[in-house]
Order: sequence, then structure tokens, then C-alpha cells
Amino acid sequence: MDIIIILQAGVASGTVLLFATLGGIFNERSGVMNLGLEGMMLIGAMTAFSTTVKTGNPWLGLILAMIAGGLLSQIHAFITITLQADQVVSGLALTFLGTGISLVLGEGLSKAGVISLLPVITIPLLSEIPFIGRIFFYNQSILVFLGYAMVPLCWWFINKTRPGLHLRAVGEYPAAADALGINVYRVRYFYVFIGGLFAGLAGATISLAISPGWFSELTTAGQGWIAIGLVIFSQWDPFRAMFGSYVFGALRRLILDIQGPAILFGMANPFYYNPYYGFFLQMLPYAFTIIVLVIGSKEAVKKRLGTPAALGIPYIRGQRGV
Amino acid sequence: MNQSTETLVKENVIEMRGITKRFPGVLANDHVDFDLRSGEIHALLGENGAGKSTLMNILAGLYKPDSGNILIHGKSVAFASPKDAIGAGIGMIHQHFMLVPSQTVTENILLGLNEPRFIMNLKMYDQNIVELGEKYGLPVDPKAKIWQLSVGEQQRVEILKMLYRGAEILIMDEPTAVLAPQEIEILFNTLHNMVGLGKSVIFISHKLHEVEQISDRLTVLRKGTVTAQGIEAKGVTRADLARLMVGRDIIFSLEKKPCNPGKPVIQVENVHCLNDKGLNSVNGVSFEVRSGEIVGIAGVAGNGQKELADVLTGLRKCSQGKIIIQGDDIANRNAKAGIRHGVSHIPEDRTHIGTAPNLSVTDNVIMKNYTKKPISKGWMLDTPSAEIYARELKDVYDIIVPSIDTPVRLLSGGNLQRVILAREISSEPTFLVAMQPTRGLDVGAIEGVQKLLLLQRDAGAAILLISEELEELISLSDRILVIYEGEIMGEVFDGNIDEIGLMMTGTRQNQLLKSGEIHEI
Repeated sequence: MDIIIILQAGVASGTVLLFATLGGIFNERSGVMNLGLEGMMLIGAMTAFSTTVKTGNPWLGLILAMIAGGLLSQIHAFITITLQADQVVSGLALTFLGTGISLVLGEGLSKAGVISLLPVITIPLLSEIPFIGRIFFYNQSILVFLGYAMVPLCWWFINKTRPGLHLRAVGEYPAAADALGINVYRVRYFYVFIGGLFAGLAGATISLAISPGWFSELTTAGQGWIAIGLVIFSQWDPFRAMFGSYVFGALRRLILDIQGPAILFGMANPFYYNPYYGFFLQMLPYAFTIIVLVIGSKEAVKKRLGTPAALGIPYIRGQRGV
Repeated sequence: MNQSTETLVKENVIEMRGITKRFPGVLANDHVDFDLRSGEIHALLGENGAGKSTLMNILAGLYKPDSGNILIHGKSVAFASPKDAIGAGIGMIHQHFMLVPSQTVTENILLGLNEPRFIMNLKMYDQNIVELGEKYGLPVDPKAKIWQLSVGEQQRVEILKMLYRGAEILIMDEPTAVLAPQEIEILFNTLHNMVGLGKSVIFISHKLHEVEQISDRLTVLRKGTVTAQGIEAKGVTRADLARLMVGRDIIFSLEKKPCNPGKPVIQVENVHCLNDKGLNSVNGVSFEVRSGEIVGIAGVAGNGQKELADVLTGLRKCSQGKIIIQGDDIANRNAKAGIRHGVSHIPEDRTHIGTAPNLSVTDNVIMKNYTKKPISKGWMLDTPSAEIYARELKDVYDIIVPSIDTPVRLLSGGNLQRVILAREISSEPTFLVAMQPTRGLDVGAIEGVQKLLLLQRDAGAAILLISEELEELISLSDRILVIYEGEIMGEVFDGNIDEIGLMMTGTRQNQLLKSGEIHEI
């Protein structure tokens, strides 16, 4: 077990979580919860892989994956924004729908063999910084670098621009935004779409860069759900999302690596001798997600975390008396 | 923008002609005419449900009228949205503020505007807003988040938001409902100030004394029709206005027998509790209420009144303290423990806590005594006796309803309140907690509720009256406690409104005594 390798791999696989979480942040900041992340990621992963198999162009695969995620998200948008249905139910249904579509359309893709992947790069000077350089700038996919760029960009967009202000207002107090002429429905549709784009990107990041290939629903292996937990954990802040994503990425790698050596810290490694213990470790991130969701749904905690006040509530312009 | 208005003081800036608006089952506005002159404060008066807000929501672009037209500076306009109305210089300040709590003052003011285009340079706009505030006497801290501001300050932000958009006409929907007396004074000064600078104000209210104080002219609505249009406020008496509003004479002073308090019924000792958000909201409240007296609790909304009522009636846990009724501590027991000792509750929220909306009048009135004979027959309910009981209450409390099987959600506010009163009072309470018992009722219904409360007092009940209507508190209560941020600031026996007002904004009574603003009685 090499700590640098674990962290390096953590940043790489954390990038998947990062994109999905950023998408979730935009989604929820506008007041719409989307539990369909997992489904949109799978669609993205499948579209990206299948396009690349057919055309040999991973960039085209990446773009189509984002569009596919975005299109799928609009089903959720229509159901929850226009029809004002329950966001939780619709989001869960979206996951099943996304999973189903990807499994059908992804039939046979797992035998597709080797495809061209997105480039892996090393930044000349930065990668020579001790420790940090190896983790962040050495031999990483270009998408990892995209992740570095997206985080400050998203933060700046949400907090410092006019559309960002409108986004926050719509998620906090849609009636106030409506009274000032902001089209609440349009804003929500738009950010659900953005959420879909990011989820598609996250899916493509798996199948074209981090763990290339198509392994049906195991491609995402529930990372969409972890991202939903991370959205809350991050308190809807891109920088916190980055931190959380990389920590969870590293944990995923650690769980694999810890089962390798026979001797751990001078003792017999229980995870080596009893492979069932490994399943327990693998469960931990999901257990964490459940705990975060339970804690985060308490009213008092919501207030402290800064949960968008209108999250989960369909907006209906008042019939009488506004 | 429009400086020429000073020379043409009597010009009509707005004319609304023959406005009709129908909602399912209600004719909210029936051929209403209204006009506003430049540089005046025009009061729009009427009871709840008279159609004031509907008319103004039409003017503000939220609703479209079914018929009739609106002229602004003589030109006919049709607003498709609030944005159009704002563009025409009309800004409405709603009763519930349209402010995003987590954002700063500047962010709220800039929300929805085309400028800044993309990047928010808040520093520069902060400065603009401070300057605008200074011009109109509306000081605000542009960097403060809305949730950090008092209600009065939030209202200033709302006004600034409209002024920043170049509003020439401000519609204020019941602006004083949430303010303490001193804040009302400040608001009135601001309004005079703005009118002096050429703006015009429409002031929606149902409080006669405020209308008398602030307005130049007034228009009165009753049940969707105009009963007085644009009459001069000078020389109109309160009794005239009440007649125009209600359609009959109103007795202003209640007949109140001298207070004859007996033994303490309830002793509240150092009670603390949390609100729904988990924050401290009642912080060490102690008082007692004796039999045969009404104790009023005055305070600006949201200072722990609701939580106090909940704790006393067993609907909320208290984190500390004792609530002793008839020698028994009922703190942190359930509502039933209180009911057993004769605690009655008239809650603020009539449709969610006060009644079960989809159940019939009968089911709603037996909710407290269905476990007792004759309505209870062991496991079963004795429907005939329940119906007899309901019919009896319907007659005694004058509940106007087609049948006792009608679901209570179909009842008007006044009738719904009578259902609650019937249930709570017929059980002959020893201690009655009444929270905003007359809110939203029409004048006739208010009279009825107030009389019932006084009758209970004279019959020996201990009554705690929690209200935001100071006039009501002063006329009904035998003494008034003032609550601020969950603490009792002091006690007033003579209904001194200035003293109550100062305590409502957080000055303790002993500080008032020290600073010499009031004198010990």
C-alpha cells in the first residue's frame, strides 16, 4: 500500500463523484432534488462508451453522454416542475428508467474490447512538486484537470453572477423571484438540465477515463447515491464538494488496497484472510450516505447547513392572495 | 424621473374604472372605481375579504381583471405580469415580504433586474443603495443578510427595492400589521417624506385609527363594491368609516365589568423551550393567571408567543421550568394532561390545529369529550347524543352552517372560529389560552368573540390572551405582559401604549423606569 498511489487514484475516481455532486448542487440550489443521478450517470457512461466504440472518437462520446444525461433529466423536470409531482418519487423512478435504458442499449457493449480513451496528461513543472505534484498533476486524465477548473468556476457562477443570484433566489424563495419577474419554471428546468449534463459527464468520466469499459449497472456501482449524500455533506458548496469527492474517491481505493497485503501494521490482516470483511468495508460509503441523508433531513440541521429553503417543494403561483 | 408632478398636485396618476374580478364562487371586485392623485396617501379601507388586496393585485399585475380598465397618466394599460406594473412605476409591498432570507440587502434589491448584466459588483451597488436610502430616510446596511434584520428593517428593504426600480406609486398592503407602535411611527414619517418627494402611496388597511392618522383621501370597499370613493379623510369620523366598512353601526367600547380575580389557576415558572428550528424561543418566562382575569401577552409576531401557547397547552416540550395548574405540574406531559385540568386552547392556526378540515361540525365539536358519557359508549360513539350535542352548540354559539354534517373546511373564518370556541368554551375551562382569536374575522364576528371571552372571564376562567392587535389587548385585558425574544419585558396595568411599544422593541420595564421615560404608577 502506497499512500501516494491511493491518493492519486482517489483524485481520479473522486472526479466522477465531483462532477455528479456539482450537478446535484446546481439542481438542488434551484429547489429541485434529483435522486435520479445514478440513472443519468449510467446513461452517460453507456452513451459515451457506445459512441466511442462506434466512432472511435471519445470526445464525441463525452459530448453525447452529457446531452443524454441532460435529456433524461428533462423527464424529471417535466414531472416535478410542470406537473408538480413529488420530487423523491420521480427521482427514484428516473434512476430505474435510466438504469433500464442503459442496460437495454448497452447490450453486448461489455465485449467491445479496447477503445481509444481520453488523454492522460502530466503537467511539466507542477508534477515535480513533492507529494502534491504526484497526487494531482502526474498521469491524470484530462477530465481530472477539468474538475479542478470547474470547482472555482461553479463557485464563482453561483455566488458572484446575476444568473447565480437568480438561481439562489429561486431555490430559497421562489415567490419573491416570481414577483420580480424571474421565470421560476424556466430557471428550474434549466438547472435540472445542467444537473443532467454534469451527471452525463460523470458517467462518461467512468467509462472513458477512470475505469474504462461497460460493466452494466456495476459501471456506476451506486456512486450516484454517494453523490447525493455528498451534495448535502458539501452544504451546496463546490469547494466542499471537491474535498468530499476526493476523500470518498480515496476511500474507494483504500478499500481495494487494504485487502491486498497479508500483514497490516505488523498484524495479520483480517481483510486478507477473510474476504467477507471486504464487503463490510465496501458498504461503508453507502452507510455514510444514509446517515448524511437522515441527519440532513432534520429541520434544525437544515437551517444550520443552509439547505435551499424551497428544496423539494413544487412552486405553484398562488391562486388567491399570492 | 417625473419632477413635474409637484406643479400638478391634483393630477390623477391612476384611474381604475369598472374593475370586476371573479374567483370561483366569489365576486371579489364588482365594478370598482378607484383613483389616485399624485403626491397623496390614499387609504384603501375594508374588512378582510372585502376585495382590497384583489384590487391592488390587479393594479400590481398579479391578476388580470375580468373587465374594466386601468389608466396611468391617462393612458390605458394592461399588465401581463408584475414586471410590467413595475415598469409602469407601480410597486407593491406585500404583507408577507418577498425577500430571500439568505441573501444580502443589495442582492435582494438587484434581484431580477437587467443590470448588472452578468458579474455582480456588489460593492458599487452597496454604495448606490446607501445613497438611495439616505435620500428617502430609509437607512439600511446593504451588506446585512435579510434574516439578520428586524421586521421594520425588512420593510424598508422592500420599499427601497421598489424605489430602486423607479416606482412612483407604492402600494402598501397592511404595512403596520407586523410592526411595533414605534416602528409604525417611523413608517408613517417615511411615507410622508416620500410623498413630499413626489411619490404617491396607496395604503391598504382595516385599522380605522391608522387610516385617520395617515391618509389624505380614502376609498372604502365592502364585499367587493365601493361604498365611498376618494372622500377627503378630514372630517370623517371613525363611526362613519365603520359604517361604510361593515354596513351597520359598530359599538366601539365593550362593556366590561370590573375585574374580580380569585385564586391563581396557573403558575408558570421559568419556562424555556425551543422553536421548530431548534432555537431558543421562550427563555425563562414566569407569570401566573388568576381565576376571573384576562392576562394579555403583547409582542411583535415571532417573539415566542406561539411557542409559549404550545407549551402551556401541552403541544410542545419545554426544556426547563414548571407549569403548575391546580397544584399539578403539567410541563412535558401531553395535551390530555392539560385538558383533564380544564385547559382550553384557541389556537392561532384554525385549519390545521384548531379543526380537522374534512371532518363534520359534529366530529369537530366532540373532539374533547368523545371519551365521556353520553357520547362515549365504551368502545363506541353514541352518534345520536353526539348530534344532539352538536345541534345544541350550533344554536348557542350561532354557528351558521347548512347542517351539522358539513365538513368544516367549507365554513367561513368567523364560523370556523365559532366551532372552535363552542368546543373549547363549552367544556367550562379553568384556564383558556386564546391566540389571535379575532384575526381575519370581520368586525361583527370580532365583537362576538370578544364578548364570549369576557363572559368566560366573568364566569371565573383564567384567560391568557395572546394577540398582535394592541387595541384588542388593551380593551380586553386586565393586565398586559410584554414579550420580546422569549422574555417578559414587563407588565402594564393601565394600557399605556407607549410603554408597551418600547417594551415590544426590547427595552425592559426597569430600564424604562431608570431612564425616566415613564413614571411608576
